[in-house]
Amino acid sequence: MVEEKRIALKNSGLINPENIDDYIKVGGYSSLKKALSGSSSIVIDELSAAGLRGRGGAGFPTGTKNQAAAISCIDCDKFVVCNADEGEPGTFKDRIIMETDPHILIEGMIIAAYGIGANWGFIYIRGEYYTSINRVRKAIEQAYERGFLGKNIQGNAFNFELEIKLGAGSYLCGEELTLLESIEGKRGYPRIKPPFPAEKGLWGKPTLVNNVETLANFPAIIEHGGKWYRNMGTEKSPGTKIFTISGDVNKPGFCEVVLGVKLGDLINDISGETIDAKPWKSALLGGAAGTFVPYSFADAEMGYDNLRERGATLGSGAIIVMGSEKPLIPMLQNILKFFKHESCGKCVPCRLGTNYLYEQSLELKKEKGLNRNEILDNMVNHARIMAKSSLCPLGQSPILPLESLQRHFTEEIINE
Amino acid sequence: MNTQEILNQFKPLKENLLPILHAIQDNNPQNYLSDEALKSTAKYLNLPLSSVYGVVGYYTMFSRKPRGKYIIRFCTSPVCGMMGSINLLDWFKQWLKIEVGETTSDGLFTLEESECLGRCGKAPSMMINQDFYGNLTPEILEEIMHQLQKS
Repeated sequence: MVEEKRIALKNSGLINPENIDDYIKVGGYSSLKKALSGSSSIVIDELSAAGLRGRGGAGFPTGTKNQAAAISCIDCDKFVVCNADEGEPGTFKDRIIMETDPHILIEGMIIAAYGIGANWGFIYIRGEYYTSINRVRKAIEQAYERGFLGKNIQGNAFNFELEIKLGAGSYLCGEELTLLESIEGKRGYPRIKPPFPAEKGLWGKPTLVNNVETLANFPAIIEHGGKWYRNMGTEKSPGTKIFTISGDVNKPGFCEVVLGVKLGDLINDISGETIDAKPWKSALLGGAAGTFVPYSFADAEMGYDNLRERGATLGSGAIIVMGSEKPLIPMLQNILKFFKHESCGKCVPCRLGTNYLYEQSLELKKEKGLNRNEILDNMVNHARIMAKSSLCPLGQSPILPLESLQRHFTEEIINE
Repeated sequence: MNTQEILNQFKPLKENLLPILHAIQDNNPQNYLSDEALKSTAKYLNLPLSSVYGVVGYYTMFSRKPRGKYIIRFCTSPVCGMMGSINLLDWFKQWLKIEVGETTSDGLFTLEESECLGRCGKAPSMMINQDFYGNLTPEILEEIMHQLQKS
């Protein structure tokens, strides 16, 4: 039986998110005090020791990323940015954190800022997340009142100013360099990388961009130490992860579990059986920019590398379950509509490619039998070219659902 | 508040363009950005008007067309789509007698199609202004609409 292990969500549902005293009563802001009492390099060391990987979807080692921002320059302006532009279909973990425990995010951000030596921070929240925006805004005000933000935090020679920036309805702004463009008041067009934000970020200054869930793990890692965190999960994917399970299951929702848990157990134990009580046909892991897997993946361990070795992705932690009767072509079509809608149009391969793939998905539906095989093959080839030639992760993503669908479900598609 | 009063709340920096646009649009009873307001914004921030229009046109939450009192963001993203939102949207369009992007003749409702709203656990879902509604069916939609019409 899969059991929850809550770290990022440890206070979720247990405290009043609009009252800082509730958060302090359960030990809130004590990790910040602990961090401030030692050298800033300890923060980076603990994060590296923890083996925490970016929870936004890419799974890049957080310690390495924060270290890069810390050493990029000494005594210069730096920024910490929290990526709260959650928009990957099937994903709602960051919303849960912000709505139920905004202070854990703020504490994580102050710790991150202290670690890299930044005095300014922004939380970029998507514009439609009204409850998250209101709760985080209130939490920031309270943190200022209690001296956790502002000048000489808790009597230490460390200053940190934090403010909210709002998105305005663009999936692409969840890509870290595009997000920075948006904060600067521009269209959400991706930048060419390198340089990475750690070298040249906001207004050309070194910037650390971390996801909400990533930051929400910082207080516990500082409190208990990196080793404690590393003891959970698998060797290459330590710690816990929030999964959001949706689709044809009896109890859709979210959970935080230790990584390495088996996909089938996760779906069964946390979300109940499928609606028709039969084995699911497919699970889409990681959202639209994710991979389709068949029921034979029920034994797959949920970790970044184990899944990659099997041609799948963990991504943001979205698990979209499709029941035994669910047709796959409309799902593919919907995913491709999503990419077409969200492509910013800056680079040609993505602008033309996302449109073309969507049109081809309509053809796929119209055709029957073996012709579908040919169309799917053509789509995969195009998506592969896009992946190699597009500027940012959006154009590089359609290959993920397409290729995995072809690998596991060609026969299904032909007969559907 | 008029546009100038809103502008004066912000420092005239380019980074404030999005917050300014949000504030002006939220303050407008018809939930949109008028050409006049955009001209004042460009002047205040010392930006070319084209660059302000470029930003407005990029972000889906901004509208240059007057909209209804209630903005319906109807999710048709993959999860809501597979849970029935696409057929439901067809039903809803007929009920409201408008297409996506249009406003009802009484000026109450504007129907917009939205990508994932992060409410996949309660698919199909939608937002109306700042409020969220999930597990939608025609009956539930009808009830919500009747309540809003009365209020």
